[in-house]
Amino acid sequence: MRGLLVMLLLMLSAPALAQSALPPAPYADRQIDDPALEKKARTLMETIRCLTCQSQSIADSNASMAGDLRSQIRERIMAGEQPEHIRAWLIERYGDWVSYEPTAEPILWPLWAAPLLFLGLGLLIVRGRIKRRRS
Amino acid sequence: MIAEAGLAALWLAASLALLQLALVAIGLAGGKSDLLGAVRPVAVAQGCLTAIAFALLITLFLRSDMSVLLVVTNSHSMKPWLYKFAGTWGNHEGSMLLWVTVMGVAGAAVALFERALRRETHMATLGGQAAISLGFYVFLLFASNPFARIDPAPADGQGLNPLLQDPGLAFHPPTLYLGYVGLSVAFSFAVGALLTRQVDAAFARAMRPWVLGAWILLTLGITAGSYWAYYELGWGGWWFWDPVENASLMPWLAATALLHSVTVLATRDALRAWTVMLAVIAFSMSMVGTFLVRSGILTSVHAFAVDPERGTFILVLLGIYIGGALALFGWRVGAVREGAPFELVSRETMLVVNNLLLSVILGLVLIGTLYPLLTEAFGHKVSVGAPYFDRIAGPIALALMVVMILGPLTRWRRDRMREVGRRMAIPLVAGAVVLITLAMFAWGRIGILPFLGLVIALAVAVGSLAPLWKRNLRRTPLFTWGMVIAHLGCAVSLAGMACDSAFTVERLVAARPGDMVETAGWTLRFKQIIPIAGDNWTALQADVEVSRGGSEPVLMHPQSRFFASPPTPTTEAALLTRWNGQLYVVLGQEADEGRWQLRIWWKPFVTLIWLGGFLIALGGALALVGRERRGWLLKWRARKATEALA
Repeated sequence: MRGLLVMLLLMLSAPALAQSALPPAPYADRQIDDPALEKKARTLMETIRCLTCQSQSIADSNASMAGDLRSQIRERIMAGEQPEHIRAWLIERYGDWVSYEPTAEPILWPLWAAPLLFLGLGLLIVRGRIKRRRS
Repeated sequence: MIAEAGLAALWLAASLALLQLALVAIGLAGGKSDLLGAVRPVAVAQGCLTAIAFALLITLFLRSDMSVLLVVTNSHSMKPWLYKFAGTWGNHEGSMLLWVTVMGVAGAAVALFERALRRETHMATLGGQAAISLGFYVFLLFASNPFARIDPAPADGQGLNPLLQDPGLAFHPPTLYLGYVGLSVAFSFAVGALLTRQVDAAFARAMRPWVLGAWILLTLGITAGSYWAYYELGWGGWWFWDPVENASLMPWLAATALLHSVTVLATRDALRAWTVMLAVIAFSMSMVGTFLVRSGILTSVHAFAVDPERGTFILVLLGIYIGGALALFGWRVGAVREGAPFELVSRETMLVVNNLLLSVILGLVLIGTLYPLLTEAFGHKVSVGAPYFDRIAGPIALALMVVMILGPLTRWRRDRMREVGRRMAIPLVAGAVVLITLAMFAWGRIGILPFLGLVIALAVAVGSLAPLWKRNLRRTPLFTWGMVIAHLGCAVSLAGMACDSAFTVERLVAARPGDMVETAGWTLRFKQIIPIAGDNWTALQADVEVSRGGSEPVLMHPQSRFFASPPTPTTEAALLTRWNGQLYVVLGQEADEGRWQLRIWWKPFVTLIWLGGFLIALGGALALVGRERRGWLLKWRARKATEALA
């Protein structure tokens, strides 16, 4: 428990240390000049998880790692890479966990089927409550 | 002494809860109904004792008593008094004490003020409330004692998470907790009614004010929490689909469904089993939320306590209460008649569809929140976040909004399709106007969900006012006003959300003092960077002068703060509110060559999100006051009538 606390404190203080030691990555907080490309990058960033934070995308995180990833994504987009290709590269590097966008992997099928299942089940129950038209 | 007194009060309260449960059990099941007379005083005493224990913990925090472990780990003598005060519940033990306090006080309120319920059901309800409280007392006393001492006492404490040192946070958790735990009353009502087999319209009318009260507080708590995240996290986001946010959203969704089904039960004496089921689900969701947050099982900003032992404890409680209530439901539901089926075109049907869609959204949020846990058990780590929830729950929520226009415009019992269509004409025209305007000026530039959101928002706004059409506004009952304002609030909030996603302009720059930045019609002059100090932090502050269209310039002061204890940097965004939106300026890190990162957002109409949330709560409050007042008036008139006869 104490070890965990120390680790947590270290993690919290890391950005502060980084602040004085290293300048942020070039495109961490600098937009691409072309608004269309920036929009593409931004859309992708919103679906990439910040690995050192808790439940935040890299698009809204102060962590230095999120800044590095933002910079990388912007640079790759400027180099003409497609967002889905960058996502695949990130997933290969950090695992499925890094992407908030649920993939089409079999383990996620129930997640996509859930809405249809719930709606279908609900409608079935509701139908029983409603009077049939007298013909 | 204060800590010992607090612990004693807690033990006494726990014993009284046990006594309360025993009295109800023996009184109702054993047929010794004279014992039941003692239940209400015991419930009131129990509520007072929990309140005393909580007040004593607050005292310890305000005095910075460093011989108490909880104060040491969560407070610091240099903190402003407001955060010493708020620090009482900004931690695991304190928040669980707040939980049992709210539960105890709610139980006392049910004992004192509930008059509409039949006596046996009332007693069974108080028994249910005591049973739930008891589990949480055991949890507090054996696994999370907030009054534990530390020897030797350290010189000073470790401080509170700086993110939590914010005025908004002094009131957001207690409001949310009042709502969360307020739903325990609905749960106990359901259990009580199942035990005595008295589920009917009178039961629904008795339960409704409690549900409304909890729902109003939940709405306020969620709205406040969202605004807190918006300005405190410094990236302009207002909802992150974070597990802890979901944990507060799920009880709200269930309570919203319950609110509507309880109205069907009160008005038409139908949906009995379903309403009871929803009451059980609503508080179960509160408990599931607490489990998710308190166990730290889902890592998130809010999970202060990472402790599996406590997690297991809450999981066992969860199993006992939810399992017990569902078993009771399964056992007794056969005795609850459902009533006659509905006509297809009737308000009942609309409310059933409302319940269906809310339940589906609830189910999706639940499964989406828990799914990563499930796959992790199979050794596959995945993330489920905004892309899933937006895409799946978004369209269903929009469908729900359409039903929201239809419901109030449809008559109870039976209506004609053509009549409903005629009443829908004006809202539809309003929606069509937005549709055509947006299609002409913004086609292809904004996403499909914000696009539909704006169209439906205006249709709902117009449609929500339709029930007032051609009515004498002064004679319209207060609860009708409540419904109209709450529905209008949904439209306002939806419009804010859609505007924020569709029209926000983002500008990230690295600027030197003296530089000018132009964005979204605003001119920002970055004047200087100065160091400043607060009570327990130091900060760099940027002075930014902003103006729009040659207007008088305004100074904004975004800060980058550094808290010493515990050492944490935070950003304090500067916000400038105008009638048509907010300018949001954040000071980031130092870039190269004396330049500083500035993050600037112009967010058109974003404030509507929280204004809408506030209107929804206000509508709820009007409905609550309206119903209660009508009850008093009817009673008063009845008494006058009997006096006149006599």
